[in-house]
Amino acid sequence: MASGIDRATDDMKWLAERLRVGDWFYPTATIIALVVLWDVSIRVFAIRSFILPSPAEVYQSLVRDWGMLFPNLLYTVYEILGGFFLSVVIGVGLAVAIVSWRPIEKSLYPILVGTQVIPKVAIAPLFVIWFGFGIEPKIFIAFLIAFFPMVISTAVGLRSVEIEKLYLARSMGASAFQAFYKIKLPHAMPSVFAGLKLAITGAVIGAIVGEFIGADKGMGRVLLEANGEMETDVLFAGIALLSITGVILFLIIDGLERVVVRWHVSQRIREQPIP
Amino acid sequence: MSEAFLKVEGVSKVYPTRQGEIFAVDDVSLGLPEHGFMSLLGPSGCGKSTLLLMSAGLISRTAGTIVICGNPVERPYTDLGIVFQDANLLDWRRVIDNLLIQAEFRGLDKARLRDHGLKLLHMVGLAGYEHHYPHELSGGMRQRVSICRALVHDPPLLLMDEPFGALDALTRDQLNLDLQEIWMESRKTILFVTHSITEAVFLSDTVIVMTPQPGRVGAVVDIDLPRPREFAIRETPAFGSYTKQIRGLFETWGVLTDRGVRTTAVKRREAD
Repeated sequence: MASGIDRATDDMKWLAERLRVGDWFYPTATIIALVVLWDVSIRVFAIRSFILPSPAEVYQSLVRDWGMLFPNLLYTVYEILGGFFLSVVIGVGLAVAIVSWRPIEKSLYPILVGTQVIPKVAIAPLFVIWFGFGIEPKIFIAFLIAFFPMVISTAVGLRSVEIEKLYLARSMGASAFQAFYKIKLPHAMPSVFAGLKLAITGAVIGAIVGEFIGADKGMGRVLLEANGEMETDVLFAGIALLSITGVILFLIIDGLERVVVRWHVSQRIREQPIP
Repeated sequence: MSEAFLKVEGVSKVYPTRQGEIFAVDDVSLGLPEHGFMSLLGPSGCGKSTLLLMSAGLISRTAGTIVICGNPVERPYTDLGIVFQDANLLDWRRVIDNLLIQAEFRGLDKARLRDHGLKLLHMVGLAGYEHHYPHELSGGMRQRVSICRALVHDPPLLLMDEPFGALDALTRDQLNLDLQEIWMESRKTILFVTHSITEAVFLSDTVIVMTPQPGRVGAVVDIDLPRPREFAIRETPAFGSYTKQIRGLFETWGVLTDRGVRTTAVKRREAD
């Protein structure tokens, strides 16, 4: 009897491992629990809809206003991706320059760190004066927030190459470019991906901040309008959509990382110690 | 003695510091004959690794000349193989591709190097591991791969900087034996840096015993033991007299003392 149950449990475990149930089961269960808690609290405390709409109302708004929400979301995604790609190109380029030439590091690095102290939200209105109300200032703010982690992570990764590996490359007759391309850059990839993850989340924030300052399109505009009209359900629908978009963008980079740096320590399955 | 394959003459390396100049290597001269096996033996910080890097032309020297096979070394010398204490394999490349980076950097024929690489892997007991990633191998296996990488383009000279320093004692013994076999078979010229007296005596034709700070040649000890040497040779009186002689030198220079042992003995006697 007991052995039959044991075997069934083992089969369940095996199935769970094959489907990597742990990866999605726990977060999904947590989200469902939170939504239930949310719904129950509204009923128990009789919270009014314009203060906190119920999950069902938010869902209804999502369906009803999809025609309005989706084009605005798409527009915001353009801004996010624009700022993100700009930050990757310029960030990686700058990191390479910083680790390659001492004078560049000495002249740029302090300024780079200094600009991080400036609250970008505070200077955002300036970009509206410079670039107008179009897509450019939003991309620019997204870029500003995303690019700093990109530069720092990439530079740290490129720097962390052991000197012996570079000695070996030189003794094999490698040119500076070959040593960079075949040793330094692959070595830096785990760090670069850490930067990419920070950059994409930063770009989402940047795009919304940009739209808050002044926009006629985009999710930031939708959120502000819904707020002004006290349409709290639309507000929540917008926030939900933005969150899902952010998670999807993050997961795309995460998946890419699994493929590109599957050789790295962080990607291995390790036996954990018994607590 | 015939003209040395690797000739080091009056080589010094000085590091300027706030306290004045520090001699890492001071006026070192030595000659390593072709097909010879020479060890640089000394405590940490005696400049033996610095000397090895200068020989490879990877770091600059303050004074002196270094000549390899008639060529003065002024820039990174490429007709050699180097093995460091860490295997320094490229984690994102499979074992065979770690060897083939030699072909990529040197512009050599990949197919030919692959054949030679597989032969070398077989020779060090890693046949069948060519498609593994470095993290799937043990420390000893990684270091074997690193040795194969240093040999795959068939260079006449091999520079080894404490290659077995990070390995456990048993693996280290095995690799000593394997290295001797590789050396006897391939007739490479080897410059070997170590801080193990036993390892230096076991492997070398000549042991250069270096003094600590500044690094100078303290003594040149020729090891006249028959080859191939087996583990058992380490228990012979002849072997023991070499290690004793070298230990004696380190004691004279104050690198090794038995002061601690003596005070313990005195205390014990007093307690009685």
